[in-house]
Amino acid sequence: MRNAFFNAVFALAREDERIVLMVGDLGFRIVEGFMAERPKQFLNAGIAEQNMMSMAAGMALEGKIVFAYSIANFPTLRCLEQVRNDVCYHGARVAIFCSGGGFTYGSMGVTHHVTEDLAVTRAMPGLTVIAPGDPIEAACVPAAIIAHDGPFYVRLGKAGEPNIHAGPIDFQRGRAITVREGDDVSLIATGSMLLVATRAADRLKADGINARVLSMHTVKPLDLDAVEAAAAQTGVILTIEEHSIIGGLGAAVAEYLAERPGAGPRFKRLGVPSAFASEIGSQDHLLAHFGLTEAGVAQTAKQMLAS
Amino acid sequence: MNDEKRPMNPLPTKQRQSSVDLALQIRRTTVEMTSRANASHIASCFSVTDILAVLYSRVLVFDPQQPRWRDRDRFILSKGHACAALYAVLAEFGFFPKEWLETYYLDGSRLAGHATHKGVPGIEVSTGALGHGLPLATGMALAGKRDERAHRIFCVLSDGECDEGSNWEAALFAPHHRLDNLTVIIDYNKIQSLGWVKDVIDLDPLADKWRAFGWAAREVDGHDHAALEALLTGVPFEAGRPSCIVAHTVKGKGVSFMENNLQYHYTPPRGDELPRALAELGVK
Repeated sequence: MRNAFFNAVFALAREDERIVLMVGDLGFRIVEGFMAERPKQFLNAGIAEQNMMSMAAGMALEGKIVFAYSIANFPTLRCLEQVRNDVCYHGARVAIFCSGGGFTYGSMGVTHHVTEDLAVTRAMPGLTVIAPGDPIEAACVPAAIIAHDGPFYVRLGKAGEPNIHAGPIDFQRGRAITVREGDDVSLIATGSMLLVATRAADRLKADGINARVLSMHTVKPLDLDAVEAAAAQTGVILTIEEHSIIGGLGAAVAEYLAERPGAGPRFKRLGVPSAFASEIGSQDHLLAHFGLTEAGVAQTAKQMLAS
Repeated sequence: MNDEKRPMNPLPTKQRQSSVDLALQIRRTTVEMTSRANASHIASCFSVTDILAVLYSRVLVFDPQQPRWRDRDRFILSKGHACAALYAVLAEFGFFPKEWLETYYLDGSRLAGHATHKGVPGIEVSTGALGHGLPLATGMALAGKRDERAHRIFCVLSDGECDEGSNWEAALFAPHHRLDNLTVIIDYNKIQSLGWVKDVIDLDPLADKWRAFGWAAREVDGHDHAALEALLTGVPFEAGRPSCIVAHTVKGKGVSFMENNLQYHYTPPRGDELPRALAELGVK
């Protein structure tokens, strides 16, 4: 997913000299070719994320479109005030993008997990928040960034995830993509959980349950039409994210549903409770620990349908 | 620098008023602005007033009719709490009507108590959270270098602000990238929010710290207009290095009872203090 995004940025940058790729001393064996090819459109800002984010804003105010890359907690939590004041308040064309959302760097420990990034970035005025669900979506995001005059936060998975979409997609900022049709239950997933959601839907199908799967790649602005349709047509909504249940996708959907007139659907957020991982382990190990697996999602959906 | 690429300065500095007259006017205006609104930071405004007056009347290239003119020099007041003085300067040069100053800090105003760019011509970026201005200026300077533009970036920091680590991230970065289009001026008035700088976190030897980071650093009396003009018109001091000017200043400079008095970091002159302050500034 990360490489698909980078390759799309490289391709766009070759056509558009406004684009600058800025990294926080990360991107080993990904960025070197671009750095040599386009030195004026590349910058290693060093291990200094506060300065990096302000510089990205400064360059954007001078007409650049800056793609600023680091591991998820560093360009968000560490320099959140720079994101807020310098990038968002100035409407600077900075696209903060990262690998390492959730438990991507599982065994590296809690300092390298981030399950709060969607919450804090969602709270930033004017910031578009995107977590693509597979490499095909990730490859579409840079063009969507260029097409929209404003700042972005993009949470990418690591390398090596499978493609979920069978073919070309119509990727638009703020529009969910329906990955599986179904009217019994809606599984709304963002980022890496799209794979889990589609596999859970396949399990449910074997039990005669038709699950709708939505890739909610844009967490902000949320596709309210898609949520409304899911509520009206399926009556059961399950959100799934590799993120705290506080402030992320599930919270965004809940906020909409709570204020919407009329009776709400049955609804549940699947994600990480407000807790740090209590044991050491890989991404898969930690996801299983928190029930973020295809079995866990399918079981929860069945329980909701039975209730 | 590529001076041959730079078009004619729309407002030649020779046609501008004297920096000393301008500084006096700024002090009169800002003390009235802050007293009217009961706003903080008048002493911070007074310590940086002479620096602003020299910059705007003698150094910076700009056009108030085209505040976003591409070839303008960029000025960032990183110590955004002293924005009343900057607003006063900008109004003097016609970036916006002087009547706006009367609304400073009041409900419905465009002019907030920390420098705000929204709807205010001449304010490049919003500042006030300390430690943002220099990194922003560094990004602008890098963009200017890469685009081979001749304009320059000037950034004023406070001394207390030098506690913020983000400044030192930028201080490492700018010399490495040879950003000699960047000048930082430190308004070293020796007093920060809770007391003397030397008692909170001592900065001395301040100029040597910047030199050690690779900057061409000079020190100056920040109230000596001739000395300030000589230095500021002489940047970059060394080709390939960003410039740093440590300006030794007096907090509250210009009104005797406000000088070196921490009280006026927080409160403006009140009651009969206002006419006394204005009298010292030559207002009858």
